[in-house]
Amino acid sequence: MLRRLFNFKGGVKPQTYKAPSVQAPIGLAPVPSRLFVPLHQNIGGVPNPLVEVGEQVLKGQLIGGADGWVSAAVHAPTSGVVLAIEKHVAAHPSGLPTLTVVIEADGRDQWMTRTPVDHRSLAPERVREILRDAGVVGLGGAVFPSHAKLTAAKAVAMDELVINGAECEPFMTCDDLLMRERAEEIVRGSTIFRDLLGARRVLIGIEDNKPEAVAAMQEAVRRLAVDYEVVAVPTRYPAGGAKQLIRVLTGKEVPASKRSTELGVQCFNVATVYTAYRALAHGEPVISRIVTLTGNVLQPRNWEVRLGTPLRDFAALGQPKADTSNYLMGGPMMGFEVPSLDAPVVKATNCLIAGSPALFPPSPPEMPCIRCGACADACPHELQPFELYWFSRARNFGKTQEYHIFDCIECGCCSYVCPSHIPLVQYFRFAKSEIWAREREKNAADAAKARFELRNARDEREKAEKAERLAKAAAARTAEKKAAAAEAGAAGADAPPSRPASPADPVAAAPALDAEAIKKATIVAAMERARAQRAAVQPRNTDQLTAEQQKEVAAVEARRAASPAETAPPAQPVVVREGEPDQP
Amino acid sequence: MTDFTTPPYLLLERSSVRRVMLQVLAALLPGIAAYVWLIGPIILVQLAIATLAALAGEALMLGVRRQPRGLFLTDGSAIVTAWLIALAFPPMAPWWLIVVGTLFAIVVAKHLYGGLGQNPFNPAMVAFAACIVSFPALMSQWPALGLTLTLTLSEQLQIIAGLASRVDVMSGATPLDALKTALKLGDGELDVPTLLATQEVFGHFAGRGWEWVTSGYLLGGLWLWQRRIIAWHAPLGFIAGLSLLAGVLWLWQPQQFASPLFHLFSGGTLLGAFFIVTDPVSGCTTPKGKLIFGFSAGLLAYTIRVFGGYPDGVAFAVLLLNLCVPLIDMYSQPPIFGLKNEK
Repeated sequence: MLRRLFNFKGGVKPQTYKAPSVQAPIGLAPVPSRLFVPLHQNIGGVPNPLVEVGEQVLKGQLIGGADGWVSAAVHAPTSGVVLAIEKHVAAHPSGLPTLTVVIEADGRDQWMTRTPVDHRSLAPERVREILRDAGVVGLGGAVFPSHAKLTAAKAVAMDELVINGAECEPFMTCDDLLMRERAEEIVRGSTIFRDLLGARRVLIGIEDNKPEAVAAMQEAVRRLAVDYEVVAVPTRYPAGGAKQLIRVLTGKEVPASKRSTELGVQCFNVATVYTAYRALAHGEPVISRIVTLTGNVLQPRNWEVRLGTPLRDFAALGQPKADTSNYLMGGPMMGFEVPSLDAPVVKATNCLIAGSPALFPPSPPEMPCIRCGACADACPHELQPFELYWFSRARNFGKTQEYHIFDCIECGCCSYVCPSHIPLVQYFRFAKSEIWAREREKNAADAAKARFELRNARDEREKAEKAERLAKAAAARTAEKKAAAAEAGAAGADAPPSRPASPADPVAAAPALDAEAIKKATIVAAMERARAQRAAVQPRNTDQLTAEQQKEVAAVEARRAASPAETAPPAQPVVVREGEPDQP
Repeated sequence: MTDFTTPPYLLLERSSVRRVMLQVLAALLPGIAAYVWLIGPIILVQLAIATLAALAGEALMLGVRRQPRGLFLTDGSAIVTAWLIALAFPPMAPWWLIVVGTLFAIVVAKHLYGGLGQNPFNPAMVAFAACIVSFPALMSQWPALGLTLTLTLSEQLQIIAGLASRVDVMSGATPLDALKTALKLGDGELDVPTLLATQEVFGHFAGRGWEWVTSGYLLGGLWLWQRRIIAWHAPLGFIAGLSLLAGVLWLWQPQQFASPLFHLFSGGTLLGAFFIVTDPVSGCTTPKGKLIFGFSAGLLAYTIRVFGGYPDGVAFAVLLLNLCVPLIDMYSQPPIFGLKNEK
């Protein structure tokens, strides 16, 4: 507790609204009759479905396999039958459908065989694989696959592992209750992560408005006799942002351009650590999570909810008041309005807030920016939000990057304090997505250009090679001709028969109109053409010859024509093969 | 609720443009109270005239620009401009001069540049500069203090309405102007301490009476800073720039130059420091930029008021620095989180 804390600039102190939902302990939400489990519940690769429609699945059974390293598996939240694998509305502001495994619960809630493991007896790589296949992702809301964050940087010693129990968003209390009730598992999970990262110290940061959670965690640390520090940090949004908490606890500032491991620190949410412990020590994959249900409801409370539970079923547990007009997923600072209550609870669902016009009055009309700089004072990343706003509005995306738009964590502090009520974060998201879109387009164009240039180069190369081959062949022919001429001079002249009939024979005798014959005919025709060409070209070599020489040449020609099989120049087939594509 | 809503769903309740502007107006009240004590309620009449002119000009331009009148007429920004004009102009200025100045500020300096938040120049200072160039005599006539105290409100009203002759009653000048003129006429024979001690127009540490008006501005400005409506950088920079130059010259030749204290509490220094160079729209936005902006404006204001031909230099100093804002901002961007040690 004597740890020196650091400060981050900016931040805001909105009303917390946390008290109502911490009165009751975590409740176990009933398993609904039908679950909608989206395959893509993580950042990174979309898991591939591993079950078929009609298949019987057990609770915890793998139904979606991780696709690549940055991906995480998905499991059946209960036992039952796969009804469909289809597109279903997702828990995403867009409301766009995503591939979802629909499971009809059989009511038995029967576990698959679970195999607990001791992480110390396994290779770290194997532990990471187990975490990936257990679907362990960042449950703070970012759902980044945890195993992919559990490798220390090679060149930097891992000083601190930060366990994030700050929970700075208003309304949200799921981490608070988890720490109060399951502190020991969190501490044991922290040990797993510490071992994987080789971290020297473990710091558990909790905002000081949660004294019960701080006490519970300290008690667990004491009971388990580990030297982890449980630190109460000042309550100020967004103290629970990973970078802010790292700053407060360690003094290190992680810019967008770096990984935190490069600074010797890594940060995980308490719920993530908890699920990692369950996955290893109990063999239970991530099939449920704690979700705060609060806001305009009669029974605000935290529930352990099976993933895939439709939000409609879940919201009903809180008994929403009559004037409930909308629902927010996540907190009121960074969350979004759910497009439809048909969307399911997913790994990113940390909080569901029933909204009413009284609770979340519509934002007053947007006024022009007066450059007052309130946003810059509030920005925890010390950006100049109003400058970013001007540049985003003007679609001057190069400038937005110059002013570090990608260091924006979209915490919403700037929008919160803006006297002109400008939805600044929306402008920044717009700018970021435009930049990404342009980058994708540029990459696509670059790839196309590279492909085109590669093809051109190949064509050039092939042409050059062909020319070389032709030149060689011609040289060989000339050499042979010379040799033949010398031979002819020695052997004298024989009476030659007329032009060979044999090449023409197959053409004439081709009553069988099969493909083979046509092919042969084509080849023969090409040979004829080549011969004709050569005949047209060759006289150049034999121009201005003396009568005697001409006679000799004629004799040679006649002899060669008489026995084409024996003396066919090696160049001839080459000519045919190469000539064909040029003469379509 | 609308179909499409955006986070954050919580907003800082006390934060709005109108609230910002109302607090600026409230911060002007101590200065205005002292003004009333010094000159009489006539300044309230001038404030009212300027306010009406500003709102009329705003309504007209909002109509021309097809902007929602309900939203912008009530934001208070036009009233802030109006009050600054009324306080910066001579209190006995004819009503039409106030109206012309205010309309010029609202129509030309504000709306022709795009309205709220878009004007590169401080509208009140544009009005001051335009009027002092166009009507130098009227803008230089300040009431001789002894006379204002003897005039009744109705006589004062007649003066600003143009119904009474101005010449005989308006022979005064600002303390700054009086000092400058006396020094010029004295041609080295008179020195500053003697002038300050003997002439009726000077008080304890600045112009008689005016020193309390400017103290009122200081009080209001400190309150604004305490409320976090303004940052300390620009006012401190301005005061530092002006005091530095004044102090150096005063130490060098105390006979020829008044003390920094005199300059701080004379003319538009404190009104400028807390209400003009702090204008967010036309001023710098970065902390370092605000310091540079304020400091440079302070140096310039002193130079113009002491060596220039105008009674005070704040307006021209601020306008010249307004021109430099984009450049200063560009080169004074603060380092961001995580990148402080990188260049």
